[in-house]
Amino acid sequence: MADKVFALPNVQTPSVPVKINPDKCIGCNTCVETCQIDVFIPNPKKGAPPIILHAEECWYCGCCATDCPTPGAMEFNWPLPLKPRWRNKETGVVSQLK
Amino acid sequence: MGTWHDYLKAAGTPPEWPYPIKYGEETEVETDVLVLGGGIAGCWAAISAARNGVKVALFEKGDVRRSGAGGPGCDHWCNVPANPLSRVDPDEWAIEMINALGDYSNGIGIEIQCREDYDTLLEMEQMGGKIRDDKDEFVGAEGRDPETKLMFSPRYGAKAGYGAHPDWRKPGFNPPEKRNNVVIRIWGSTFKPILKRECKKLGVQIFDRVMATSLLNENGKQGARVVGATGINGRTGEFIIARAKATIIATAGSGQLWNIDMEHGGYSYMYSRNENGDGSVMAFKAGATITMREGSHPFGIASGLKHKWYTGGGDASYENVPIVDANNVKLDLVTQGWADAGAMNSPDLLQAVRDGVESGKFELPMFGDFAGMKPEESNATWNLMLNEESTTKIMVKTMTEGGFDHTRDQIMNYSFIEMQSPPQYYDAPRGGGILHDWNLKTTLDGLYAAGTAVFSPEDHSFAASTGRYAGRKAAAYAKTVELGEVCREQIAKEKERVLAPAMRSEGIEWKELHNGLCRVMQYYVSQYKTERLYNLALEEIARIEENAVPQLYALDPHKLMRSLETLSAIESAKIIIYAQKERKLSSPKLGINRLDYPEPDEEELKKYLLMHLENDEVVFERIPIRFWGNMKEQYEAHNQDYTGVYKG
Repeated sequence: MADKVFALPNVQTPSVPVKINPDKCIGCNTCVETCQIDVFIPNPKKGAPPIILHAEECWYCGCCATDCPTPGAMEFNWPLPLKPRWRNKETGVVSQLK
Repeated sequence: MGTWHDYLKAAGTPPEWPYPIKYGEETEVETDVLVLGGGIAGCWAAISAARNGVKVALFEKGDVRRSGAGGPGCDHWCNVPANPLSRVDPDEWAIEMINALGDYSNGIGIEIQCREDYDTLLEMEQMGGKIRDDKDEFVGAEGRDPETKLMFSPRYGAKAGYGAHPDWRKPGFNPPEKRNNVVIRIWGSTFKPILKRECKKLGVQIFDRVMATSLLNENGKQGARVVGATGINGRTGEFIIARAKATIIATAGSGQLWNIDMEHGGYSYMYSRNENGDGSVMAFKAGATITMREGSHPFGIASGLKHKWYTGGGDASYENVPIVDANNVKLDLVTQGWADAGAMNSPDLLQAVRDGVESGKFELPMFGDFAGMKPEESNATWNLMLNEESTTKIMVKTMTEGGFDHTRDQIMNYSFIEMQSPPQYYDAPRGGGILHDWNLKTTLDGLYAAGTAVFSPEDHSFAASTGRYAGRKAAAYAKTVELGEVCREQIAKEKERVLAPAMRSEGIEWKELHNGLCRVMQYYVSQYKTERLYNLALEEIARIEENAVPQLYALDPHKLMRSLETLSAIESAKIIIYAQKERKLSSPKLGINRLDYPEPDEEELKKYLLMHLENDEVVFERIPIRFWGNMKEQYEAHNQDYTGVYKG
């Protein structure tokens, strides 16, 4: 059976400033306390990953990912227009962050 | 995984607000010194006051651990002429700095910075902050002193200020033995959590997630002694009343008044939304004198719907990185590096490159040529400076993980693709702030200011050293007075104002209100300025206040905090317009281009325009620039009891 489809407003843009790996995140909420603008709220389920609530207020300071104590639990995710670009000087090939 | 709709899909219902809702509830606090704002200046103020033996409480809108512009980090400790390897005298350097910064700089703050910045840095080290290359990671980089392992930056190497030295293109310019050595590279990403730890160790009562909303005057009288402040918790909505013998405003500058897109404000703007200039507005409403609010400038370093500053090769803090064009032809620009003694590019140098693009001399896009640098310098720029400076730390991490190699690659530069900002996009006058004396006391008894809250503030170490200074001065004052009488009527009125948006569930939300205000600023207070345009702006703001503000609604305490910031932004906008109207002149330095008063009026420009409220009416005054007198003598007269680096 298909998943339930909710009637929702458009998703805020950008919406995913960090990607959280639910298999690794221990729900310690260090990121919730670190973020100066409350991008996250704690998950009602204790030990579960936090919820990204105010994604569009993120100023991309990166403190949540920098201070996350669990390796691999949180990956910083630049929005598409902000993904940095660079060039290999020798080959001239331009790359961009995935 | 992790988004709101992920949760909804899994749980079948939206999450409930995770914090207890406490609208209407109050907490009352009594303290000796109250600090508003827990960024760099606020933390230093709190620590310094506590070390001087008084009880301290601190309100911080975010969490002190990483809040403020300096939360993520900082790579330069500027103006440290008192360090042992400096080649300049601190008092003489302070004069050179204010000369370089030009009229309207803050001579009191600069003198404090020059005198006490090195002591402040050593105290940072005492607490555990990293200020030396003690692991020998950057051996071979220029500016590294092998004995002290301090690392100097090329900034201000040959002269004060950011402008290029007239001789910068001459061979042998800026040899190591002649450099000023006044700016030290630091590992600033370590600092903020340490400052919070120290605050806690000293017993500072920290109120995280509490936004200050107003100052309390003795007996509720505007202009009377400040005897405390009110705040609101952005998670619970609880109202906090603090009574204090002295209050220090250490809040951020105002921003984003012309930036109409609140969905994208965070990713193109240099500062976080929390930095809204609330402190200056609060001080003004309490009757304190503010100044320098008439300036405004086209978006420059703080961007504006362009790339986030620091993410393009060649942005600030890319010391020593040369910019090359698509064909690896080096542009004739300074690099903020050793070759040019840390100079930043001037408008004429940048214009010459733009002309070169149009004539075909240079081909787009440009790149920051890390691969073309001496490896030790490339390493120091990438792994020390960018890895420690604010929002670039995460850039270094993600780009390195994504395959960027600073020894092989070049980072794309965006400034020449984006070209200049549209003329209607301006930035709030960050130089605007609270007037203070040599004790960093404002014009109101009981009220002190530090960091970005003061007029014409400077950088991270300015915030640190003025915060530390204000802390000890406020503590000294607090020891001489009793708690003042608050006015319950003033508190009740403020509580009603603060909670009003939370009592409504429909109408206009904060983003629409903010954007409406920005449109006023874009249309009437941007490139061209006239009395008629100013009056139209004030009329339109009056309509916003009459029609939109009473409809402002907030569905939870977080949105309530943003709503209150927006109300504060409306006050900031009015203050800017009042001040510009009063200055009937044009001045590139102030960013005022009045078509109806095109002349500069040199006499008027030699004065600061001061403004304060009396019975809610704006009163203007003028004082001469450099009103602070002889900086060395004044500093010494006010600091005979200064004991230097903290000894525990």
